[in-house]
Amino acid sequence: MNGRGTALLLAPFTARPIAMIGLSVLLAMVVAALFAPLLAPYDPYALDPAIRLTPPNALHWFGTDQYGRDTLSRAIYSARMALLIGAGVVSFAMATGVPIGVLSALFPRLGHVLMRAVDVLMAFPSLLLALGLIVILGPSVANSIIAIGAAYLTTTSRIIYGLTLRLRAETYVEAARSMGARTPWLITRHILPNLVSPLLVQASFVFAFAQLGAASLDFLGLGASPDIPSWGNMLAESRTFITRAPWLLFFPGMMIVLTAFSLNLVGDALRDRLDPRFREMFGGEG
Amino acid sequence: MLAVRDLTICVGPAAKAVDIVSAVTFSIDKGEVLGLVGESGSGKSLTSLAIMGLLPTPGPRVRAGRIELDGSDVTALQPWQRVEAGAGRLAMIFQEPMTSLNPVLRIGDQIEEAVRVHDGTSGRLARERVRELLDMVRIPDAAVQLAAFPHQLSGGMRQRVMIAIALACRPQVLIADEPTTALDVTIQVQILGLLRELCDRLDMAMLFITHDLGVIAQLVDRVAVMYGGRVVEAADVGELFGAPSHHYTRALMDCMPAPSRQRRLRPIPGQAPRPGTITAGCVFAPRCVAARDVCREALPPQIRISERHEALCAFPLGSGRSP
Amino acid sequence: MWSYALKRGGATAVTLVAASVVIFAFIHLVPGDPIYILLGDTATPDQIDALRRQLGLDQPIIVQYLRWAGHALSGDLGRSIFFQAPVLSVIADGVETSTLLASMTMIWVLLIGVPIGTIAAMRHGSWLDQCLSGAAMLMASVPTFWVGLYLILVFAAWLGWLPSSGYPSIFEGGIANLRYLILPSLTLAAPNAALILRLTRASMLDVSREDYVRTARAKGIRPWQVVRRHILRNALLTIVSAFGFTFAALLSEAVVTETVFALPGIGRLVVQSILRRDYPVIQGVILVVVVLYLAINLVVDLSYRLLDPRVELQ
Repeated sequence: MNGRGTALLLAPFTARPIAMIGLSVLLAMVVAALFAPLLAPYDPYALDPAIRLTPPNALHWFGTDQYGRDTLSRAIYSARMALLIGAGVVSFAMATGVPIGVLSALFPRLGHVLMRAVDVLMAFPSLLLALGLIVILGPSVANSIIAIGAAYLTTTSRIIYGLTLRLRAETYVEAARSMGARTPWLITRHILPNLVSPLLVQASFVFAFAQLGAASLDFLGLGASPDIPSWGNMLAESRTFITRAPWLLFFPGMMIVLTAFSLNLVGDALRDRLDPRFREMFGGEG
Repeated sequence: MLAVRDLTICVGPAAKAVDIVSAVTFSIDKGEVLGLVGESGSGKSLTSLAIMGLLPTPGPRVRAGRIELDGSDVTALQPWQRVEAGAGRLAMIFQEPMTSLNPVLRIGDQIEEAVRVHDGTSGRLARERVRELLDMVRIPDAAVQLAAFPHQLSGGMRQRVMIAIALACRPQVLIADEPTTALDVTIQVQILGLLRELCDRLDMAMLFITHDLGVIAQLVDRVAVMYGGRVVEAADVGELFGAPSHHYTRALMDCMPAPSRQRRLRPIPGQAPRPGTITAGCVFAPRCVAARDVCREALPPQIRISERHEALCAFPLGSGRSP
Repeated sequence: MWSYALKRGGATAVTLVAASVVIFAFIHLVPGDPIYILLGDTATPDQIDALRRQLGLDQPIIVQYLRWAGHALSGDLGRSIFFQAPVLSVIADGVETSTLLASMTMIWVLLIGVPIGTIAAMRHGSWLDQCLSGAAMLMASVPTFWVGLYLILVFAAWLGWLPSSGYPSIFEGGIANLRYLILPSLTLAAPNAALILRLTRASMLDVSREDYVRTARAKGIRPWQVVRRHILRNALLTIVSAFGFTFAALLSEAVVTETVFALPGIGRLVVQSILRRDYPVIQGVILVVVVLYLAINLVVDLSYRLLDPRVELQ
């Protein structure tokens, strides 16, 4: 990428320092996830009963849990699960929501059926829908992704539907249609390129909510298997020790908050840079 | 009555602020109707909002200059502060009667609200005053209309309601920002007639903002022409139409169709400048047929053509100094 | 208005029917034979045969659905495997807790969200606005159960001011038992108040740009009166319509919060039923929640229309 492209991409963030901080936190998370084995001071799975429930100290910055495992190392490894779930949910929501939204807007009859189906799905509160799907599919990481993704399939397809309807009414799209442009051409040349920035906004918000949803599922014991390090699992395991070792819950919870908050900051900054006509699809301004 | 001195309005963060209205100066005498003419973007609407104390925050702000109503400085005051300071006899009506009334309140309540602020009365006295205002703006069927919601009224009726609200403060000066642009032609004529009549009857001055020279010719006593945030020419209406001095005024008139004269319309070449793009010289120079190098370098002088006629031009028309 | 209400009610009914098909399908999508699911692992062959005939599982699927829907309409949602009692009565036991919890939460949400959102909008662009908006975004980024756990730690374990878990009915222990719901409702209120705060701020800003607000200011009305009479009144139309969504979010998030605080509400019932494989209860709760959610949205939508005088012309 050339310098100007990078500058353009960073423009929403340079204008707002707080969003820049959000972006940096997210980058740190990605680095933590990618280089977890190098960054983590200890083996996240290594048990050491001799040092169970030690408060934060020079050797164990975040303290140790009830099995004597290093909380910092587990928190760093958990970033992998957070990224996986987030990316998975975003991909699922986009891969389903974008085609449903675009096709519904371009083919009104199909759209009538599809958007009704989305309405039906929206009648289920999101966490309840996720729980119902988990019951059917069984608890696992992949199924957490599908279960949480299903809840954002609806919002994503609604937003994309609304945006595509607007784009379709734009003069240049009308012009392309009147000149006999075929639908695939219309979609790839005129619709999708214009959806990229709103999708980026939606992706950051979905990524943020996915963190909270996954944490809830893990906490209820219906998400990733308990031996996988994830912030939600760490909270679920340490829950009973909250009075004896309050710090155990502090750090994993803080990681979730930091990630979700940073994503929301980034999403907000991106949204405020959107075309005003598109901005209102995301409600209000920041 | 109303005096505006060197009014300068800027936008943007303090470090990178750009002036969009520069050193606007004019005054309106008792009972006089001044037309403020200009294209969209010339700064005429911002000027009127600033005079009214209604510049949106955050947004454009008055950087320099002074606005005086009846001798008291109201530059930094919002309408409610002016009422408290006893300088609240200034009112405004807007371009869009469709959206200028609150959709969820009844017409009567919206007029009464203004009456209560300015008369300090309520109850029967206030309602009597509301009836009186409705009569002044010729709204028939008062009882029915007062109980109506804005969407139940036509555009012309809504603009009459807006005028009634404006009259509640017994204004010395009424600011009318393109009040007829959104209305049908037949309704336009009625509203313009009403405004002129009210000015005469109540001895009320009016600042009438428009882009329509035709309306100006019928309605006003004096004209100020705005371009690129500056008043480029000001004169009594007869003199301005008879012998315009500024090249922009001339060009504007050449764009106006006149059935009596069989001639082609001449558009002004180029586009109106974006605020802040012209930092030196005359704002109209890039589009002016008579522009010379000096026009692009230095701000042209304010030239007094006659006692009541001024132009911001180094080479005004008909002065012999034209190239 | 009436034709709109009918149309909107009809659409809701259609959605409900479609949702009920999905919920009915649920029991058939769960891996394994529905009979074993319904009876549990300890059933005898006789019981299985009897239930199969009783449920009409030998009939075509459409007949099965109609029978199920018919029963649901008459209040029969099946029997709980765990409790060996009608699902409806099992759910009814959790209604008191859930309703009180939701109501208390909504009170916090309104008390926090609307006034602070109004202040943020009035001070639009100031440092106060930025702090309040930032705080709201932070509140929306915090997992509810995490907040709940720390509230328990501070107010129950350390300070001992409030109880940390359970809820004895107010009909047995008196109104003072509401104190059991203070911490859970605050926990639930945090993200939802943040949502309402942001929405209040955004819609107040939207309205304050309207021409009629400028007219009101031009009249010389004091700023606070302009907010109260002109801005807030119109912004509330939007805020009211968000209450449906907030309530739905409540029903959902209460699942986790009720688990943390060991509250005998519908949410914890769902989680426990999942762990107990008590599928008829899960199915029943989802159905009840969906009906509630759709009903609330319908009522909110219609009242929104009633509040807006422009509606009669449309």
